[in-house]
Order: sequence, then C-alpha cells, then structure tokens
Amino acid sequence: MIVLELFLEFALLSFVAFGGATALLPEMHRVVVENHQWLDDTTFTNLYAIAQAAPGPNVLVVTLIGWKVAGLAGALAATLAMCLPMSVLIYLLIDRWESFAGKRWQQAVSLGVAPLAVGLVFSGATLIAGSAGLSVLGWLLVPLAAIVNLHYRKLHPLWLIAAGAALGVAGLA
Amino acid sequence: MAKACRRTPNPPSSGSKIDPETPLTAAVTEDQHRPDLRALFLGFSSVGLSGFGGVLPFARRMLVEERKWMSAEEFNIQLGLCQFLPGPNVVNLAVVVGKRSRGVAGAIVAPLGLLAGPFAIVLLLALLYDRYGSLPLAQGMLRGIAAVGCGLLFAMAWRMGAAIRDKAFFLPFTALTVVAIAYLRWPMPAVMAGGLLLAGGVAWWKLGRR
Repeated sequence: MIVLELFLEFALLSFVAFGGATALLPEMHRVVVENHQWLDDTTFTNLYAIAQAAPGPNVLVVTLIGWKVAGLAGALAATLAMCLPMSVLIYLLIDRWESFAGKRWQQAVSLGVAPLAVGLVFSGATLIAGSAGLSVLGWLLVPLAAIVNLHYRKLHPLWLIAAGAALGVAGLA
Repeated sequence: MAKACRRTPNPPSSGSKIDPETPLTAAVTEDQHRPDLRALFLGFSSVGLSGFGGVLPFARRMLVEERKWMSAEEFNIQLGLCQFLPGPNVVNLAVVVGKRSRGVAGAIVAPLGLLAGPFAIVLLLALLYDRYGSLPLAQGMLRGIAAVGCGLLFAMAWRMGAAIRDKAFFLPFTALTVVAIAYLRWPMPAVMAGGLLLAGGVAWWKLGRR
C-alpha cells in the first residue's frame, strides 16, 4: 500500500522539519530516491524546480513528490502527512505557549536548532546542485544567483527564477 | 510599526487609577477583527497565491497591515510557537489564526484556504510536466530553474547562518549536520535528535552563564 507508506514516511518527517520543508529536502531525497526508489534523481530535482516556480508555501514540493509517486491520492496523502501532525499539536499547544515562551529550555531548543537548520538547508542545496545535471554554465549560475540574491535584497527572487528559466530554455544551463 | 497597532495609550487621568483595558474595549476590538470562516478562507487564499518562494512576509502583510486581524506584537508572539515547532511555519500560523477566530472550524478552514489554490496550481504544473517534461526545452528550463533555486538555497543558508549569535559555539554544529546529512547520508530524525541534544545542551549551558 504505497499511499499509506508515503503518508507514514512523510508524517515521520514532519516531526523533524525544523526550518520547514526546505530543510527536509535531503531527507526526502534519501527516503524517496535512495530507500524506496520511488523516483529517480532527475525527477526529484525537476519537481523541486517546479515547486520553486509555483506560488504557495514551500511545503508544496511534497505535494509534487506525492503526485509523482502515487497520483492524486499520493499528493493528498503526502501534503496531509506533512501538515496534519504539527497542526494538531499547535492547535492544542497555542493557549499554553505564552506560559512557556522565554523559559530556559525553550530558549535552549530555539538556539540549538538554528545551526542544525542552516546545515539542513545547506545540505539540500548541495544535493540539488549535484543531481540537477548542470552544464558548466549552469554551475556558474548557482553562485551568481546566490550572490545577486544576497546583494540586491529588494530584487524579487521570482526575477532570478525567470532569468534561470530563460537561460535554461536557451540551452545555457 | 509595532507601536501603531497597540491600543491607544491612557488618557491623562485625574484622581484614581483606571485600568485602561476594560472588558468592554477588549470585546469591541476582538469583534472588529474577528474574521468569519469565509474571510479566513479568502484571506489565506490570497496569501498562498501571492507568495513565491516563501509566503511568510505575505502572511504578515495580510494579517497585520491589510486586514488587521492581529497586532504586530501578537503576530510575533504567535509566530514564535509556529517557528519553534517543526513543520511548515505558515500552515502552523494559519491554524493558530483560524483557531483564535473561529475555533476548530477556523483552524481547519484557514490552512485549507492557504493550501487549496497553490495545491491546484502545482497539480496543473505536474500534469504539464507529465506531458511535456521530457522535451529538451522543458528539461533545459527546469535545469535553469533548479540552478537558480539552488543558489537561492545557498543564499538562504548564508542568511540564516549570519543571524546566529555566538558563531564560534554554534556553527560547528552546522558543519556536523552537513557532514552527517549530505555526506554520510544518515537518517535525519536521528541526526536531529542527537544534534538537538548537543547544540541545545551548549545553548542551555551558555544561557546559565549569563
């Protein structure tokens, strides 16, 4: 029962998704491509690219993966699995949040999780770069996009993505 | 910006102190800013559909500035828990806003509104991908987007890293995470549990010394 498996795998992931779905990219790749071989490397990267170009929360890359693995049921199962467990938890916890916000253990977790989240996002970036099958010019595009994004903060990332798409269509990635 | 959303300051009162936050004022404010289910759905739909590459800033603009469902301070407090817990922050935030406004129904409708539109769009793109994804042109386009998207991820990691205080203590944990996840390919739940114990332990110790 692939849909159930998908649901359970992604529900498990939702409990460690510090930093959101972006931080989960390496682990999703491990589960979906390496362990279960539901998708190949190129498809995984393509799905990430599609999610980048679409509006909406980052979590929707999960929807695309679910779709590719098991159709509409897969898309629904993966999205629900990623959103539901924490939604329920947060529904129950929100009223008590103010009583434990600022406590030492809460601050320690917040401080401790930040460097791990950075590492996860960085890992996701190396993984996508490695499996995108980029040409030499494509490889140059990666640091270029990063530098432009860091340097020109007012420039909307969508312009960069559009530029990347155009260069790709022109055969330059 | 935060101050503009606060309740009006005390009028200079003569004589005995009067509590400015009488139940009456509170009730009125709440009533004004309590959206119904339809408004929740539509409000969060607009957030979901307008956000490219992270919708949190759009959520803030809608909630605090446009519709004034919460003050800037309230937003920061609620966001605190949403960011503290794992999972998609914006979905968590929708649950919180929905619950505060309309209880269980609101907590279901708000995230549904956030996700329904983008979900449909993404599936439409998936259909197009199934149909045309293997064409060289589409492959090239997706490679170009992936390259840029990857650059954006590095930029995001850079920014997140730059925001960390006490870098000498905490950035080694970033390096360890990269080694464990990207090179050793260890399972993330285990890495996060171990990493959180170690990095959280260091943070706990540092907090105690202040």
